Amino acid sequence: MKQKFNIIESTCVPLPLENVDTDQIIPARFLKSTSRDERFFGENLFRDWRYRDDGTPDPGFVLNDSRYGGEILLAGRNFGSGSSREHAAWAIAGYGFKVVISSFFADIHKNNELNNFVLPVVVSDDFLAELFSTVKADPSTRVRVDVPAQTVTSLATGRSECFELNAYKKYCLMNALDDIDYLLEQRPKIEAYERKNV
Amino acid sequence: MNTLFDKIWDAHVVQHVEDGPDQLYVDRLYCHEVTSPQAFEGLRARGIRCFRPEKIVCMPDHNTPTHDQDKPIADPVSRRQVEALAANAAEFGLTHYGMMDPRNGIIHVVGPERGLSLPGMTIVCGDSHTSTHGAVGAVAFGIGTSEVEMVMASQCILQPKPRSMRIRIEGTLGPGVTAKDMALYLMQRLTTAGATGHFVEYAGSAVRGLSMEGRLTLCNLSIEMGARGGMVAPDEVTFAYLKDKEFVPKGEDWDRAVARWRTLCSGDDAVFDREVVYDAADIAPMITYGTNPGMGMPVDGTIPADAADKALRYMGFRAGERLLGKPVDYVFLGACTNGRIEDFRAFASVVRGRRKAPGVTAWLVPGSWEVYRQIVSEGIETTLAEAGFEIRQPGCSACLGMNDDKVPSGKYCLSTSNRNFEGRQGPGARTLLASPLTVAAAAITGVITDPRTI
Repeated sequence: MKQKFNIIESTCVPLPLENVDTDQIIPARFLKSTSRDERFFGENLFRDWRYRDDGTPDPGFVLNDSRYGGEILLAGRNFGSGSSREHAAWAIAGYGFKVVISSFFADIHKNNELNNFVLPVVVSDDFLAELFSTVKADPSTRVRVDVPAQTVTSLATGRSECFELNAYKKYCLMNALDDIDYLLEQRPKIEAYERKNV
Repeated sequence: MNTLFDKIWDAHVVQHVEDGPDQLYVDRLYCHEVTSPQAFEGLRARGIRCFRPEKIVCMPDHNTPTHDQDKPIADPVSRRQVEALAANAAEFGLTHYGMMDPRNGIIHVVGPERGLSLPGMTIVCGDSHTSTHGAVGAVAFGIGTSEVEMVMASQCILQPKPRSMRIRIEGTLGPGVTAKDMALYLMQRLTTAGATGHFVEYAGSAVRGLSMEGRLTLCNLSIEMGARGGMVAPDEVTFAYLKDKEFVPKGEDWDRAVARWRTLCSGDDAVFDREVVYDAADIAPMITYGTNPGMGMPVDGTIPADAADKALRYMGFRAGERLLGKPVDYVFLGACTNGRIEDFRAFASVVRGRRKAPGVTAWLVPGSWEVYRQIVSEGIETTLAEAGFEIRQPGCSACLGMNDDKVPSGKYCLSTSNRNFEGRQGPGARTLLASPLTVAAAAITGVITDPRTI
């Protein structure tokens, strides 16, 4: 959902698994919807890890653990690999996450998050490990993601890192603009390109 | 610098957005039914039309059943999604190959076989296996639905330029080793994140030696190494494959096009951000034992001691175990990875004169109606029928659980598809990825078998 980003300060939900693929984030059988109802996808986020075969919540899965909550998902390395399904980003947004922190994101999913006003924040493996352990030790640990300053800070330890975000995307996130808004203004340039090249 | 990838990418840059991505012109957008409805919905909400409708080709493939396609789809939700694509294509004036259209099939099989994907093009689709089309010498990559909408609205996409990577495979492949095994070997060596952020050019004598179908398989699996896309420089193999296809230039236009396409190669002075070299002789027929495509090994190997517990628990395997001789419940030949004519020829070469193992359910699914017609005209259907196999109707089938072809929970499926993720072929399904030859060997023995021993 289009929204203006500035400073987000929140507790975190830790998912310390590596190579979480988009089939796990949202299984294919939920891809048959023809609408962009984020709530529907959010309800089915991590469906097959979150619910047992009989449909009851699996108490061992972090989304069902009442100690953890917040707008930040902490995820292991290579988050969002596999399928290009944007439904995965819709599910993450629909569940209520605004930020995903990991040490490495798969390319397509990273773009999909950005296009849905979910901010993928890349931190070092070392900082990620520290965040996992502090959040596990104390689920009330808060993390601050400062978009204008491009910093992520653990309020438990004070440790901070800068994260990458190109100036264009930063402007889009801070002003709730998307790429299509931008491209629609570029049509004269596109037509000029076509006259020369197509 | 001066790589094949740079040449094509740079020629399509409309502008570089200051402190941001490139605005890249797109020559071809493919749409299937799963990742396009919300993009069309977005256009309607903005009150705009497709900017260049003639560059967009649509076809359903993920939800299509692989039998009785002349009847309405039984699952009402699948049916609605397939019907929505047809209605959207009509509303926005786009080319649409619906179910039962003789040109229908899996979008990544149909594009190259109709000559809709050509050397030097930029090609996108809301599907990660769009990397397939790179085999003709194009820059092709998968995108999300917002990006599909972006291309519909402007024929452009905003995209940071990936880094370049060359993977050279030199030498000659051994007997029973296919393009699929090359790809599974690369994933095992590089991991599923080994090429993330990069666009790969495949080169070297073993890649040059591949048929077009083999190159399509190899490029298809680029995404499974994390790569943005993969490509092979066009050569005589490419030109022979493309000549006379429906949407390929004809006559003098063809000659001019080929002359232009011959310039599409990395220069001798090309500098890649990353380069790796492998020896084709080191590659054996491969199989996966885990829950991502990088968890592979030679079919006669043993599961590594350090394999992830969670994956082995899901698969019902133990570290140190061999897979040879383990029973399989299902075999699947098909998908955008291995649903082309050469894959059916390979499968038929193994099962010819033999019988399907009792107890094995076999799904043999051509990637398109064109492939289906070739299977019939080459007599492959007869060979397969004599061995107890039937050919189904084209579609994505058992590659992912979106149609009727789902593997039941706990069952083992030896599959030519591209992903062995948890639940990929149905909730609880256990997928082992392999080549058409290895899958065929198991289809007749009923157990995991080294195709070199048949």
